[in-house]
Amino acid sequence: MNFQALTLPEKLDQLFVFVQHWIMGFFPAHWQPLVGALVGVVGIVASFPAIFALTTVLERKGLGRMQNRLGPNRVGPLGIFQPVADGIKSLTKEDIVPVSADGVVHFLAPVVLVVAIFLGYASLPIGRNMVLVNIDAGLLFFFAVGASTELSIFMAGWSSRNKYSLLGAMRAVAQMISYEVPLLMSAIVAVMMTGSLSTVKIVEAQSGFTGIFPHWYVFTPWGFAGFVLFVIAALAETNRTPFDLPEGESELVAGYFTEYSGFKFALFFLGEYLGMMSIAGFGITLFLGGWGAPFSFLNFIPSWAWFFLKLLAALCFFIWLRGTLPRLRQDQLMNFAWKFMLPMTLLNLMVAAAWRFLGDSATGAWLRWVLCAGVLLLAYVGLGRVLMRKQRLGARSYRYAE
Amino acid sequence: MSTAAFKSYRPPVIEPSNEGELLEVAMGPHHPSTHGVFRMDVALDGEIVIKLKPVFGYLHRNHEKIAEKASYLASMPYTDRLDYFCSMTNNWAYAIAVEKLAGIEVPERAQYIRVITAELTRIQNHASAIGFLLQEMGASGTPLMYAFREREKILDIFEELSGSRMMCNYMRFGGCRVELPKDWLEKVAAIVDGLPRFIDEIEALLTGNEILMARTQGVGVLKPDLAVNAGITGPMLRATGVNYDIRKVDRYGIYDRFEFRVPLGDHGDIYDRYMVRVLEMRESVGILRQALKDVPAGPIVDPKQKVRGFRPKPGEAYGRIEGPKGELGFYLISDGSGNPYRYRVRPPSLINLTVLEDMCIGQNVADVVLTFGSVDIVLGEVDR
Repeated sequence: MNFQALTLPEKLDQLFVFVQHWIMGFFPAHWQPLVGALVGVVGIVASFPAIFALTTVLERKGLGRMQNRLGPNRVGPLGIFQPVADGIKSLTKEDIVPVSADGVVHFLAPVVLVVAIFLGYASLPIGRNMVLVNIDAGLLFFFAVGASTELSIFMAGWSSRNKYSLLGAMRAVAQMISYEVPLLMSAIVAVMMTGSLSTVKIVEAQSGFTGIFPHWYVFTPWGFAGFVLFVIAALAETNRTPFDLPEGESELVAGYFTEYSGFKFALFFLGEYLGMMSIAGFGITLFLGGWGAPFSFLNFIPSWAWFFLKLLAALCFFIWLRGTLPRLRQDQLMNFAWKFMLPMTLLNLMVAAAWRFLGDSATGAWLRWVLCAGVLLLAYVGLGRVLMRKQRLGARSYRYAE
Repeated sequence: MSTAAFKSYRPPVIEPSNEGELLEVAMGPHHPSTHGVFRMDVALDGEIVIKLKPVFGYLHRNHEKIAEKASYLASMPYTDRLDYFCSMTNNWAYAIAVEKLAGIEVPERAQYIRVITAELTRIQNHASAIGFLLQEMGASGTPLMYAFREREKILDIFEELSGSRMMCNYMRFGGCRVELPKDWLEKVAAIVDGLPRFIDEIEALLTGNEILMARTQGVGVLKPDLAVNAGITGPMLRATGVNYDIRKVDRYGIYDRFEFRVPLGDHGDIYDRYMVRVLEMRESVGILRQALKDVPAGPIVDPKQKVRGFRPKPGEAYGRIEGPKGELGFYLISDGSGNPYRYRVRPPSLINLTVLEDMCIGQNVADVVLTFGSVDIVLGEVDR
């Protein structure tokens, strides 16, 4: 590809790819694949923690605004250097390991967490031609690597020799394993429609436009249902409100990382946010058209900019939920996973299959829309009603004494 | 449950499952949701509570003994520190006890001011209690901050009146300490006009929330007979359906002049406690509107009344009011000297806490925190 021959929007779009190739050009041919991969790795390892730093400010200021307060505003203009101060603080803080803790495992747990989460970014398409490794089973790789974070959380909880940590780890493992199932099941519909596990192919399958509107999977009945289910499962998977039981502050102090301080604590914090960003990134890839523009006339904006804008929107959504919702209880969480999420994801698989089967013919188009949307809506309302009736919840009326 | 049966009453016992050992966790005294320094020694089977032992006394300050060594008036500022959320009602309860003991009359204007400050205190206490409850449910402080926004306005008004936001030290035997500042009543009226909107907001955001319902309905249930036998008072008792509001029973002060209703729950669970508090805030707004309409002119304290160094006749008196948390009473014995021979507080926080184990056994750890929060205690009053 010749950089000079491209138009300006295309140049901007492929900017990072050309930078990578330019750096690779300094090395002999047999070194180039390694250098190219290294450049990509450095890019990801540098950019996502930077976004994490900004997210912490965004979260604290956003939550502050939701709660009638200002949030951090002392460090630098409008408090934007707060993460720097936090970083220095966590680096200089004493690193305390409990006497009875298992030192090695206690040390390894945060490292394993961050490494596993960074591995997941390998198959995340950040822009056009911008994916670290374009493997055919990219999605499978992400889920496989993502599942190993549970190990590190249990390592942390077990090695700390703290009762709160242990309870938190127990909750975390139960919760994450339960929600791994609906998370995967809800993602499979996108794979079914694309016919590939490759994340790049999934994005490309959504890159067309009808008029000005894109062909994102979220704009179909099965895609919308899959997206909502994916978001719920992702919230549980990343321990965010209303599923933040493993670190439920009011009950378990800080859950599995109660006994961590200093930089190890910061690593857990980093891991949590990186996990949130990677799962949001995959949600965007699967259902929100990845790096595609939302309208055809906005195509001139670089693809990576769209990805990060969508990621920002997703992070804002996470923050909004955190400022709004109370937390569920362990048994309710499990009931929700197995009695609501799993049946809905299974049904969604069938609906997606039916959608494929009914085809895209002129007569079948509206029929499959009505049919698929109707089935999903009916199941949602019916299942919700039944489950709510079993719990005997509801508004009450109150009497007054004479 | 009869009284005789209650003497042999023990909290319910549940058998742990036979898998593994019980996990004993000391929740507190430095746990994030114990409202101060309080400890719950919990035995857990998985996450189910098998045993719970409340341990308190970490904040004991010898309040009652100090009061026996101090003059009657000198104890007034100490009562602020009992339940530091509601210093006005604490003052009032102590003032009522001393007024009974010494037979002091309170002028009309002071009575009105006392009602206004007490109802404002009730509103801010209930709002904060709801906020803290939601905080313990994991709502990251947003409802608490909404509650504090209203509380700030009320505290500002208290500051203007008494010079202090929380430690008001405003009541005196036979009246109040200082005359109302200029335009104070108008400012209160403006705040009271804004309160229904705040209560509507709380209700719109919380009452119908499915997660809140799922977490609170049927959780932390207290049976009415146990509540009566254990001496539970306040919103917690009324949530079980027992009609007992000292404002209606004693009609102390001038509460017989105001129209208000007493909301009652039917289930005695956390949701009922929450709703009773919300409805009581609405009733308090009604009382405030009526009281603000006709505050009479006149003295705030009888000018002939001797306040400093006065010596009531030998005798005893028990003064009580319906505090925001329950029945707050002061029991005084005078031996004719300048300080009480015996001074005893009946703290609603402590007595409402005695049934914690009954409400928590068989529940999840998360529910223990929530049940504890729904009791609405202040450790300053529990330990004294």
